[in-house]
Amino acid sequence: MTFALVVEQTLNGVQLGILLFLLAAGLTLVFGIMDFVNLAHGSFYMVGAFFAATFAQWTGNFVAGVALALPATLAVGIVVELVAVRTLYARDHLDHVLATFGLVLFFNELVRLVWGPEGRSIRLPVVLDGSVDLPLGITYSIYRLVIIGAGLMVALGLYILVNRTRIGMLIRAGASNRTMVGALGINIKFLFTIIFGLGAALAGFAGMLVTPVTQAEIGMGEQILIVALVVIVIGGIGSIRGAFIAAIITGLIDTMGRSFLDVLLLTVMSSNAAEAAGPALSSMMIYILMAAVLFFRPQGLFPPRGV
Amino acid sequence: MRNAITSRRGIVTLAVFAVIASMPVLGPALGQPFYVDVFTRVMIWGIAAVSLNLILGYGGMISFGHAAYLGLAGYTIGIMSDAGIDNGFLQWPVALAVCGLAALVIGAICLRTRGLYFIMITLAFGQMIFFLGVSSDRYGSNDGLPIYSRSEFKLGGAELDLGNGTLFYYVTFVLLLASIYAVYRIVNSRFGMVIRGSKSNEARMNAIGVSTYRYKLTAFVIAGVMCGVAGVLMANFERFVSPDTMDWPQSGEMIFMVVLGGIGSLFGPVLGAAVFLLLSEFLSNIMESKNIIFGPFLILVVLFARGGVNGLLGSRAERRG
Amino acid sequence: MIKWIAAGVAAAALLASPVLAAEKIKIGFVTTLTTPAAAIGNDMRKAVDLALEHIGGMMGPLEVDLIYGDDEFNPQKGKQRTERLIKQDNVDLVAGYIWSNVLLASAPTVLEAGKILISSNAGPSQLAGKRCNKNFFNVSWQNDQTPMAMGEVLNRRGVKTLYIIAPNYAAGKNMVSGVERTFKGEIVGKDMTTWPTQKDWAAELSKVKAVNPDGVFIFYPGGHGPAFIKQYQQAGLEGRIPLYTVFTIDSISLPRFQQAGMEGVLGTSMTQFWAPDMDNPQNKRFVADFRAKYGSYPSFYAAQSYDTIFLIKSAVEAINGNIDDIDAFRAALEKADFDSVRGKFRFGNNHFPIQNFYERVVVKDSDGNWTTSVRDAVLVDHQDIYAKDCAL
Repeated sequence: MTFALVVEQTLNGVQLGILLFLLAAGLTLVFGIMDFVNLAHGSFYMVGAFFAATFAQWTGNFVAGVALALPATLAVGIVVELVAVRTLYARDHLDHVLATFGLVLFFNELVRLVWGPEGRSIRLPVVLDGSVDLPLGITYSIYRLVIIGAGLMVALGLYILVNRTRIGMLIRAGASNRTMVGALGINIKFLFTIIFGLGAALAGFAGMLVTPVTQAEIGMGEQILIVALVVIVIGGIGSIRGAFIAAIITGLIDTMGRSFLDVLLLTVMSSNAAEAAGPALSSMMIYILMAAVLFFRPQGLFPPRGV
Repeated sequence: MRNAITSRRGIVTLAVFAVIASMPVLGPALGQPFYVDVFTRVMIWGIAAVSLNLILGYGGMISFGHAAYLGLAGYTIGIMSDAGIDNGFLQWPVALAVCGLAALVIGAICLRTRGLYFIMITLAFGQMIFFLGVSSDRYGSNDGLPIYSRSEFKLGGAELDLGNGTLFYYVTFVLLLASIYAVYRIVNSRFGMVIRGSKSNEARMNAIGVSTYRYKLTAFVIAGVMCGVAGVLMANFERFVSPDTMDWPQSGEMIFMVVLGGIGSLFGPVLGAAVFLLLSEFLSNIMESKNIIFGPFLILVVLFARGGVNGLLGSRAERRG
Repeated sequence: MIKWIAAGVAAAALLASPVLAAEKIKIGFVTTLTTPAAAIGNDMRKAVDLALEHIGGMMGPLEVDLIYGDDEFNPQKGKQRTERLIKQDNVDLVAGYIWSNVLLASAPTVLEAGKILISSNAGPSQLAGKRCNKNFFNVSWQNDQTPMAMGEVLNRRGVKTLYIIAPNYAAGKNMVSGVERTFKGEIVGKDMTTWPTQKDWAAELSKVKAVNPDGVFIFYPGGHGPAFIKQYQQAGLEGRIPLYTVFTIDSISLPRFQQAGMEGVLGTSMTQFWAPDMDNPQNKRFVADFRAKYGSYPSFYAAQSYDTIFLIKSAVEAINGNIDDIDAFRAALEKADFDSVRGKFRFGNNHFPIQNFYERVVVKDSDGNWTTSVRDAVLVDHQDIYAKDCAL
C-alpha cells in the first residue's frame, strides 16, 4: 500500500463523490423546497447521457454534445414538471414515490424504443483521452481530473446562485418556509418549475460527464439514484451543503472500501473468509454508513432549519 | 364489515373471492389450467400486500424494503431443505421467526426516523439483505437457490402433500383469508386504534401519554412475519429463491399493489395484487414494451384514482386520512 | 405503439394460419427481449428466425410453430413465461435461456411436465453435474470451460503474474475458478466487484497499476465490457499490461468499440468454442446470410441459437416427426447428428457438448469491420469437469 496508491484512490473517491453531488444537489433542492420525492431523478441522468452521446455523434465533438444536451435535458425536466409533477406537490410522499416510479418505468422503455437496448458510448477528444503524470509518481486519467474540476465549478456556481442571487434568496426562503414565500406574492409555480428543471439539468450533466467513462445505458439512473438518495439522507434532506459533504464522504468510503477492505480483513480473518466477505461488505458499505448516521442523527448530518 | 356485504364494493369483493375460490375448477373447465398458477401467484402476492397494508395503509409507515421478508423466508426454507430438513413443522416456524427477528431489528432502527428518512432507511436495509443474498456463494449467489423438495407435513399416517396443485391452492387461499381476518382483528382492536391514531397525528398520541414507538414496532414485526408467510408459500410454489425476489423494484411493486387496490382497506390489497399481476400478464402477452403503458398507468392511478380499485367501487368510508 | 401491436397481431395471424395436412411441432424459445440485456436476446432471435428461414419452416414432416417468451432478465418472470409455454401454449419442447438463474428457476417446470429442455446458452454446474436430467440438453458449453482454455493460453504466453477482476456473482465466480484451475503462475490480485451496479473501476485499476502484473484477466459480459476496456485505456494501462478476456468482447460489443475508436482492442486475445470465420460450409452460410440479412456479424449467442434449431431438426427427421415418442426423440437428440457451425461435436453423458475451445483474436475484416478470428485450438475434445458427477 504505497503513498501514491492512497493519493490515487483519494482522487477516485473525490471524483465519485462529485458525480454523486451533481445528482444529489437537484434531488435535495426539489425535496427541500417542494417537499417532493423524485425517484425519476435518475431518469434525467440517463436521458442526459443519451442526449450527450447522440449530439456528440452528430457534431463530432464531446463538448459541443454536452452544450446541446444540457438545454435539452433542462427542457425534458420542465416538460415533466408541467405535465406530471406539478399536480403531485400537494399529495403525500407515497403518491410521489409511486408516480415517479411510474415515470422511471416509462422513461426506461421510451429510451429503449428510441435508442435501442444496446446503449451508446462517447468518443473523447484526444487531449482528454489518456493519463497524465502528476508529482509523487502518480499517473492519473486526465478525464477524471476534468470531472472533478467541472463538478467543483458547478458546486461553486450553485453556492453563488443560492447565496448571492435573488432566485437563491427565494430558494433559501422556500426551503425554510414555503407558505411564506407564496404569501409574499412570489410566483411560486414558476419558481418550482425553474428549480425542477435546474435539478434535472444537473442530473443530466452528471450523466453526460460519466458517459465517456462508462457508457449511456438503460437503467443507469436507478443504480446511481439509490446512492444519491443515500447521500441526501446522510447529508440532511434539503441541505445543499449537507449533500456536498455527504457526497464526498460517500464517494470516499465506497472507493476506500473497494480498495483496502480486503487487505484490512486479511489482518483479522483467514484469506478465504476475507475473499468472500470483502466484496459483500464493500457493496453494503454505504447502506451501513447511512443506517449508522440515521441511528445517531435521525435527521441526517445537516438538517436544514425549519424543515 | 357487516354493512359492507350489501354495498357495491361488497358484492364485487365477494365476486372476486368467489372467482378465486373456484379457479381450480373453473380454470381447467375453461381450458385455461395455466390460470390456476396465475391465481396462486395472485394470492401469494395478495398476502404480502395485505401485510404491507397493515403498516403502510393503517400505520402510515411507507416501508420500501418489504420484499426482504419474502426473500428471508424463502432462503430459510431453501437453506433448511438444502441441509436435508424438509419437515414443514420445523421449516415454517423457523422461517417466520427469522422474518420476525429481522423485522424487529430493522424496525427498531428505522422507526426512529420518519417521512422520507423512513422510506430511505427501509430501502437501505432491503438492499443490504439483497446484497447478502448476492454474496452467499454457498447458496447460489445471484443464480439463486433451487428448492428440490417441498415442505413436508406428515402427522402420523396423514400427509398434506403440497405437490398437489389444487391442495396447495386451497392452503394458500385459507392463509390469505386468515391474514385478512388477522388484519381486521388487529386494526379494530385498541392496539389498532393506536396504530391508526399515530398515522393521523402522532404528536397527539404521544401527548395523551401513548408511546407510539412500541406499538408501531409491534405492527412492523407482525407485518414482517405475515409477509414471511407469503415468502414461505412462494418458496414452495416456485421452488426457487433468488436475490431478485428481494430487490427494491419488488418492494416498489408491492407498494403499488396496495395503492392500486385501495390503501388502508381490508380487501383492497388483494384486488390490487390481482389487477397488477393480471394486467402485467396480459400486457406482456400482447407486446414487448409493456412498461410504456404500465408506467403512465401507475401515474394515472396516483393522480386520479387515489382510493384505488376499492375507492372506485364505493363509499369513501375507508378512505385514508 | 400501434405498430407494435399490429406487428404482434400480424405475427400471431401468421403463426395461426392454418396449413392443412402438415402437423406441427411447437417450440417455445425463452430469451431476454426487454431491458438492456435485450441486445443479446435480439441477436438470438435473429439467428433463430434465420435458421427457420433456412429450413423452410419445416422439420421433417412437421411444420415449425415457434413461440418466443421474454424472461425480462428476471428468474421469476422467466419461470412464468415457461409455465405459460408449457401449460397454455402446450409446446412440445422449450429452448433458449441466456441466464443461469432463469434456467435454474424454469427447468423444473419443463422437466416435470416430461418435456425436452434445450439450453442455448446457460450452462450452470448444477445441471451439468448432480442435477443433470435425461431430458435436459445444452448446446453451448459449461461455464468453467472457456476460462480454463484461457488459463492455458496464459501459460503458453508465459504469463507469470496475473491480476483478476470479475463481477461478484455466480458466473463471475465460475470464470475465476475456471482460470485458476489451469493457470500455473501466481495470482497477485483479485477484485470481485458489485454486479451489475458497479461500472466504474477506478479503484481496481489503480490497484492494478500499483501491483504491475504480467497480465490482467477480466470477465464482463454485456455493456460492462466496453466500459471496462475504455477505462483501462484512460488509466494508461493499455499497451502496458496485456488484457485477457472471456465473454467480454463479442459481436454485439465490437461495433461499439469501433464506434468509440478504441483501437487498442484490436489484437486482444480471448477463448471461445466458435468464431465467425470458422471454416465449414454450415458456418459460412450462417455468417454470410446473417450479415446479409441483419448487417452485422452474429454473436456466439446467435451461433448457439442457430445450432439449437438444427439440432432439433436433425432429431425430428431421424424419428420421422413422431415426437410423441419421447424416448426415441431423446435418443435422436443425443446423437447430435447435424452440421454445427462450430464443426462436429458430440454430447457427453450429461448432455453437454464435448468440443474444442479455440483462441480468438480481434481483427479487422476486409471491409474494415472489427470481428474476431479463430486461432489454434487450446482445449481439444474437452468435457466439463462436472460430467463425472452426473449419474446419466
